[in-house]
Amino acid sequence: MDNIFDYKTDTAWCPGCGNFGLRKIVMSALAELEIKKESLVFVSGIGQAAKAPQYLDVNYFNGLHGRSLPPAAGIKAANPNLTVVVESGDGDMYGEGGNHFIHAIRRNPDITVIVHDNMVYGLTKGQASPTTRKGMKTPIQVNGVFEEPINPLALAISLDASFVARGSVGEMEKTKEIIKAAIKHRGFSLVDVFQACVTFNKLNTHKWFKENTYVIDESHNPRDRQAAFSKALESSPWPLGVFYINENKPVFEEELAPYASGDRKPLYMRARGEGLIKELLSAKK
Amino acid sequence: MAKKKAVGKTGKKTAKKIISPHGVSIVLAGEAGQGIQSIETLLVNVLKKDGFHVFATKEYMSRVRGGVNSTQLRVSQEPVRSYVDRMDIFIPLDGAAFERYKNKITKETAVIGDKTKLAYEKTINIPFNRIASEFGNALFSNTVAAGAVCGILGGSEEALYDYVKSVFARKGDEIVKSNIGAAKSGYEIGRGLKAEKIVDAGPGKKTSTKESLLLAGADAVAIGALAGGCDACFAYPMTPSTGVFTAMAGYASKAGIAVEQVEDEIGVINMALGAWYAGGRALVSTSGGGFALMTEGISLAGIIESPVVVHLAQRPGPATGLPTRTEQGDLNLALYAGHGVFPRIILAPGDTKQAFELSAGAFNLADKYQVPVFVMTDQYFVDTYYDTVDIDASKAEPVRHITETKEGYKRYALTKDGFSPRGIPSFGSGLVCADSDEHDESGRITEDLDGISKKMKDKRFKKFDAVKKAALPPVLTGPKNYTRLVVGWGSVYNTVIEALGLLGDRNTAFLFFPQVYPVPIAAKKYLEKAKTVIAVENNQTGQFADLLSADTGINISQRILKYNGMPFSVEELVRALVKKPGKAAGKRGKNG
Repeated sequence: MDNIFDYKTDTAWCPGCGNFGLRKIVMSALAELEIKKESLVFVSGIGQAAKAPQYLDVNYFNGLHGRSLPPAAGIKAANPNLTVVVESGDGDMYGEGGNHFIHAIRRNPDITVIVHDNMVYGLTKGQASPTTRKGMKTPIQVNGVFEEPINPLALAISLDASFVARGSVGEMEKTKEIIKAAIKHRGFSLVDVFQACVTFNKLNTHKWFKENTYVIDESHNPRDRQAAFSKALESSPWPLGVFYINENKPVFEEELAPYASGDRKPLYMRARGEGLIKELLSAKK
Repeated sequence: MAKKKAVGKTGKKTAKKIISPHGVSIVLAGEAGQGIQSIETLLVNVLKKDGFHVFATKEYMSRVRGGVNSTQLRVSQEPVRSYVDRMDIFIPLDGAAFERYKNKITKETAVIGDKTKLAYEKTINIPFNRIASEFGNALFSNTVAAGAVCGILGGSEEALYDYVKSVFARKGDEIVKSNIGAAKSGYEIGRGLKAEKIVDAGPGKKTSTKESLLLAGADAVAIGALAGGCDACFAYPMTPSTGVFTAMAGYASKAGIAVEQVEDEIGVINMALGAWYAGGRALVSTSGGGFALMTEGISLAGIIESPVVVHLAQRPGPATGLPTRTEQGDLNLALYAGHGVFPRIILAPGDTKQAFELSAGAFNLADKYQVPVFVMTDQYFVDTYYDTVDIDASKAEPVRHITETKEGYKRYALTKDGFSPRGIPSFGSGLVCADSDEHDESGRITEDLDGISKKMKDKRFKKFDAVKKAALPPVLTGPKNYTRLVVGWGSVYNTVIEALGLLGDRNTAFLFFPQVYPVPIAAKKYLEKAKTVIAVENNQTGQFADLLSADTGINISQRILKYNGMPFSVEELVRALVKKPGKAAGKRGKNG
């Protein structure tokens, strides 16, 4: 099948990498949502996952390591009509970019953040990431990781994030639907996606993810924050699905002065009245 | 005279005769939170409306309460625009304030204060607190003090009461009435001191300054940026850059500016680059340590060829340094910030007119050349204000340099001069791909080392030529046939001009650089003409002199430097320039 977002090129990913599966999921979600290509922007940081936009036929801003979220908010500030999807890895998002992650949730721009969570650093070859499970030995953590891994979902729910979900490359159909819902959601949407790193993570393999996850059933109410938080604390097995939704949050770009009146015209289309500068100056008399 | 009672005299009637071509200098000093700011604001506004030229600058400690802060006011019949050592009238609000500045007292200084708080025997007593309390609240003592200064200087009573009324109107009639009473008491005491020549400080004749603008460096940068089409401002609060950020937030609704306080300066610069990518014109405002955090972002701007405008308000480093003080110490930081090779532009306004025009122009330059542009100020510059009629709103207008894309658009298309038309997402049918990795013409990652990768490096390097050619020329003040040339940048501008005016040396001229980098091509011929070149810089080593020497090949060994956290005063520049400093002697500030 041809997908209009497909960009065929030589990829930097290992054969069997979970990134391929997620790429396919993202492309299907975009196609099914019938998003206009010109008004879609991907933003990423640095890492193997952050290369994902390079392999899509989209507008993209491939910025610095850990710094995908600030430009994403900046893009929404300049043009709120763009659909902005951030795609990066667990190290980029929760490690180097941890502070931005916390504050972007508070800021709540209408963006979708897809995090490739393979619990290891790939591009730098196998060091622990913020989500690496305790005890895993790496070339740096030679006696095994002793630090508590970040729980991105619990963290996001504690910050009252607008949309919090977890997918898995092993659950393609489910994850596609989650991503579609996340993109449609107005506000900051986090989709943490479990995927295997076939080269550097010998513990959390495709098989391991399959055996250690389950899909949340319909009895879960994503508008119940306490229940969502309990779900987020579950492990072995880890739940997959939409954990939490709060639609009643102010959205960053809508709060900004240029759009406060409801006029969503992007900044580049605006011009100031000639008299304004004169007025500001003469107020200094 | 009734007022005499309130005025405990110094014993002898020592007349304080002040003769000066530059009006009166008044220094107010007190604890943070004690209200010197409100005295300053009141006096500056009243005296300006009344027809005097005014100047005010402040220096303050990095604390919200306590310590000692001071404000210097100059009031004159001529424009006054620089800091002076002289204190004609010194009003310390407490003993600590007196102690901190007592070294600057000369026999011409009239020390006015509340004798119950000041041990200094020559204090001209005005019991501010007692008078204020008579009007119901010791807090009104600031109004008494402002009234007294107004009376001494011969300001109009009407202007004083009108202004007091406008300031306190929102607090109700009772407060307005009490404050006018307090101001009147102060005014009469001041008038008495003048009549008896106990304090004889005359700013000269009133002129017409009613229509002139009263704006600080920070205001000029902010309004200038708006005139240049700035439509977004991101920052993290940091002294002394916060004033510009605050001004932008204040104008946000009226001018339609996307303003956001970001979690850190790394987020700030990256958010700004995101905004430019999507068609915004974002300003970031920061200071030394905050800017240091932005350096990777500046490098990102370099490789993605993004415009961005950085207002960098300098303060002394290293690290936290002296947070509320001034220094021109970050030129090298701005010059070399960010790894890799890419062009940039550094502007440094010397007065509010230039701040307005350069800040506006910065947006057009950034957009046109797709480079980071710096507007460099410092604490002294942003916090200093004076009346001016020079600013012309029609001198600045935004010029956009974005292109409507077509299918197959390549963001980094190779061109003759290195500039590729800049598209933004959703304006046209093309896709815009910006990549911090080395990339090909379409913005896709590449490691084709000898092919497109090298071509991209060469493409970015080519832009240096055009940016250098477009550099704003330096501005010469003084005789064209100079033998001695003073060179300077940024906030030293007005001080050097006033010092040279007093010096009246027909062989000395001043070459000011509103753009410090790239060094304008014309610099060399100006420098070559001089027998002696003297750099005046508010930093420890002469960073601009180094840059200028390296660029022109002309050694600048004479440097007048000051780096104790305070700006140059007119007097110390006069002394330094009279002395004709010896080779590399580098006259250091008194405390520096």
